[in-house]
Amino acid sequence: MLCYENRKNTLTVRLTGELDHSAATSIRRELDALIMQTGAKKLVFDLKALDFMDSSGIGLIIGRYKLMAQRGGSVAVRGPGARIDKIFRMAGLYQLVERMA
Amino acid sequence: MSNINEMRLEFTARSENEAFARLAISGFMLPLDPTMEQLADVKTAVSEAVTNAIIHGYGGRGGMVGLRAAYGSEGDLEIEIIDQGRGIDDVQRARQPFFTTCKGEDRSGMGFTVMESFMDDVEVKSAPGKGTTVIMTKQLRDDAIPHEA
Ligand SMILES: Nc1ncnc2c1ncn2[C@@H]1O[C@H](COP(=O)(O)OP(=O)(O)O)[C@@H](O)[C@H]1O
Ligand SMILES: [Mg+2]
Repeated sequence: MLCYENRKNTLTVRLTGELDHSAATSIRRELDALIMQTGAKKLVFDLKALDFMDSSGIGLIIGRYKLMAQRGGSVAVRGPGARIDKIFRMAGLYQLVERMA
Repeated sequence: MSNINEMRLEFTARSENEAFARLAISGFMLPLDPTMEQLADVKTAVSEAVTNAIIHGYGGRGGMVGLRAAYGSEGDLEIEIIDQGRGIDDVQRARQPFFTTCKGEDRSGMGFTVMESFMDDVEVKSAPGKGTTVIMTKQLRDDAIPHEA
């Protein structure tokens, strides 16, 4: 599931539940529409309430990173749990995406 | 090592069954009294392999995915994910971090790497046109096995 807030050019999306390939497919559609609509310069994934993620989550975030970079924007993640953080490190995600406190 | 418990499931290669497969394997391994960490490791690895069967093996065109699991009295868990899809021509290359044949679709190419890091052993049997079987093992705690049949 996806809830969002758009403030001062920053689009914050809160992901809850389980982020697998099935969820990523629908989140991607919604998110790309939101990015276009809002014209946000920064996209923040709030992951505090995300219970599960597999490598589909990396694909989703790197895909949005590419889209935001094309538009001169950036991406950050906030509050990943320990194992989601481990998967991010495995993929070198923090080389592309800021980790916010 | 002989198994004291086994299960075999088959389901349609549809992406809503990724969540079903995670639930099924969680339920099956519960008698082994896994830690939260071990449970999450296995769920993540199964999610990767089942997703691969659905999107790469069958290319979203349907077919059946098999999920088999077994454990012995030593707490040794073995899981197989089976498809009769298009197969992999170069398994070694497919297993490399960031390798993906689905560039345009937000695949990270990290699926096999995740499986390898969360399980003790990952074996891939595959040939073009012959489908793919992924066999994964993990040693869980051996002090919590129910002894009666
Ligand atoms: N069951 C399968 N059937 C056919 N090809 C597969 C299968 N599993 C994996 N592959 C191949 O291996 C590659 C790497 O898989 P993986 O590491 O999970 O990354 P990703 O799924 O992000 O592409 C896939 O892109 C695909 O070409
Ligand atoms: Mg994969």
